[in-house]
Amino acid sequence: MATGYRIVAKEVYSAVTYMWEVEAPDVARAARPGHFLMVRMNEAGERIPLTVADFDRQRGTVTVVIQAVGKSTREMMRLEAGDTLLDFIGPLGEASHIQRRSKVVLVGGGLGVAPVYPQLRAYKELGSCTISVVGFRSRDLVFWEERFRRYSDELHVATDDGSYGFKGLVSQVLQQVLECQRDVEEIVAIGPLPMMRACCDVSRPFGVRTIVSLNSIMVDGTGMCGSCRVTVGGKLKFACVDGPDFDGHQVDFDELMLRQRRFRREEQASMARYEEVCRLTGEIPAIGPA
Amino acid sequence: MATVKNIHTIPKGRTPMPEQAAAVRAHNFEEVARGFALADALREADRCLECKKPRCVAGCPVGINIPAFIGAIARQDFRQAYEILRQDNPLPAVCGRVCPQESQCEARCIVGVKGEPVSIGRLERFTADHAMAHSPAEVPAITPAGRRAAVIGSGPAGIACAADLARAGVEVTIFEALHMAGGVLKYGIPEFRLPKQIVDRELGLLQQMGVRIALNTVIGKLFTIPQLRQEKGFDAVFIGTGAGFPKFQGIPGENLNGVFSANEFLTRVNLMRGFRHPEYDTPVGMGRRVVVIGAGNTAMDCARCALRMGAEAVTVVYRRTQRESPARAEELHHAQEEGIEFQWLTNPVRIHGNGDGWVVGLECIRMALGESDASGRRAPVEQPGTDFQIPADTVIYALGTRSNPIIARSTPGLTVNQWGYIEVDQRTGMSSLPGVFAGGDIVTGAATVILALGAGRRAAGGMLDFLGLRPAGTLVETAASAGEP
Repeated sequence: MATGYRIVAKEVYSAVTYMWEVEAPDVARAARPGHFLMVRMNEAGERIPLTVADFDRQRGTVTVVIQAVGKSTREMMRLEAGDTLLDFIGPLGEASHIQRRSKVVLVGGGLGVAPVYPQLRAYKELGSCTISVVGFRSRDLVFWEERFRRYSDELHVATDDGSYGFKGLVSQVLQQVLECQRDVEEIVAIGPLPMMRACCDVSRPFGVRTIVSLNSIMVDGTGMCGSCRVTVGGKLKFACVDGPDFDGHQVDFDELMLRQRRFRREEQASMARYEEVCRLTGEIPAIGPA
Repeated sequence: MATVKNIHTIPKGRTPMPEQAAAVRAHNFEEVARGFALADALREADRCLECKKPRCVAGCPVGINIPAFIGAIARQDFRQAYEILRQDNPLPAVCGRVCPQESQCEARCIVGVKGEPVSIGRLERFTADHAMAHSPAEVPAITPAGRRAAVIGSGPAGIACAADLARAGVEVTIFEALHMAGGVLKYGIPEFRLPKQIVDRELGLLQQMGVRIALNTVIGKLFTIPQLRQEKGFDAVFIGTGAGFPKFQGIPGENLNGVFSANEFLTRVNLMRGFRHPEYDTPVGMGRRVVVIGAGNTAMDCARCALRMGAEAVTVVYRRTQRESPARAEELHHAQEEGIEFQWLTNPVRIHGNGDGWVVGLECIRMALGESDASGRRAPVEQPGTDFQIPADTVIYALGTRSNPIIARSTPGLTVNQWGYIEVDQRTGMSSLPGVFAGGDIVTGAATVILALGAGRRAAGGMLDFLGLRPAGTLVETAASAGEP
């Protein structure tokens, strides 16, 4: 029955970051902030977990932002508007439990900026005071600044190299925000594991609840494989059905960071083969080295 | 002079199954057992005494008329043999390969008293394969009944339920969460034990009967059961989602890199075609020295897949003895022939890792069998001071599964027991929600294909009653529904 899911729009944010808006009316109708999807490009493809970055129920579309980190995500970057994906499965995971907060800080690092966005919008629509902190490596990688401005009472942009906004890490900005504003009730931090861990370390002394979204390695995404298991508060949890949102102060980041390296050797070999094939066929790899 | 066939005149030994040699098959994913040739089947069918009061039928969870189908083989009426099988079993080609016959029908075969029992399973497989190869499947004439049913899950329970409903004219849609239909028959049982094309053929038959299969549809997430009933217009729903949530043991080191659940390992190998990586993108990530914990069929599947994936050493550890192993005798035998090492009476106590978080070994302790426990099996007891380590870079947990929480969490009013399995009326398969039925592993906990088929058929009967499509009280009584004597 799967006849494919059409990409209706694509935007490229950098050499490694791109956005798809995918036609999937049923998924769009059921999706809520915090959900994720499993996407498979073609018959030989991997199932790739992607967090919902936006959804439009009127248009019947779901938006994802993808970073080309391995062979599959690089190959996927070749797809353009009008192309179809073989599988687009979701929404999966537990939706974020978003309630009105007097003040909430939303922190997005790199690719994590995208999935923070629907949460920001939901908090704002409930009447919360919203402070957004988004960080990128450099100015040319910045995306969705305007989208964030629309729903943020306060917006901080940081870049690692200082080419735009604050020079430094989002966790440093978070530290400043928490020092100045003692009425923050909740923090949502989404991005690479070191960034989420740094945010949790910053917020811990302030005692502010900090929610992180864990995009760990998965096969099915429905609770079957247990590949995404993570220790939270000393207990075994599956990111796919118990999460992906967890209390960041309880997450065993050390273990998770080791687990995320499980397929590094295979990934490198796949990438080397892919680049070799591209070289032999004269095709340009979807993108150059990051 | 013709003698009447009796237990003394038939060959005592069963007809051998043609198989790939162990040394060869340990390195490929092709089917191990090649199947009976015609002459094999006729010879074996002739060993059946076609008892007037057959004991084998009572041993079959779906009550197949075994002497009748074997008699039809002996008369070389293969079409008839197939039809007899299909009356009670919608998946004879599958069950002929994966049923634990030695503890069901064949365990009760009277021929087994003096010699080896009749190879009922092999004859079932022969009949199904012969029918598929020689006569195009006939799609039964179906009169639309004007009612719609949703079947959640395309594994054995869902297939059986959908087949019966479709035959009665119900418009059926099967919703499958994965990108491939077939459930455990596809993601779990490996190619060398159950070729995927056999499952596809069966699913194709269902589709010819008008059953729709919607892939990529996670019920409880994309649509909920209340939505299926109220918005999507399904008059009845069957839940056959299986018990696919992996269990771990709770010992230190389980989150080290190189520790897999059987489900993860098998889905990477089978569903994602990892055994053909890099042609297929999904890596398996297996090392060289593999230890499998558990000794059921799934454990055998993992161990034998690991061997075929190129592992240098594969060891199965189990805390009881071979006698208590829940695996089919044939799987154990095949695994041993292929060179898998078994450490019986051995229980893991800790998984050791290196500084980078990778497994380097499994620490185990020797066990001894003590007093009988509640299950009637003698409970294994640790032998202090017998700790030892098995060097390993891959550890696979095949200790069974539990219920997946997605459906229960998203279906208000659905009663589940303390383990999350759905409570149903034993006779009709109906859950606490009127019009919502369930069967298979999601009701009983992990069991066998044939029990799931039986449960799917029973629930289909309950659904037809609920939909007013057949007079009440005509339920099929099978050995399983009547309770084993």
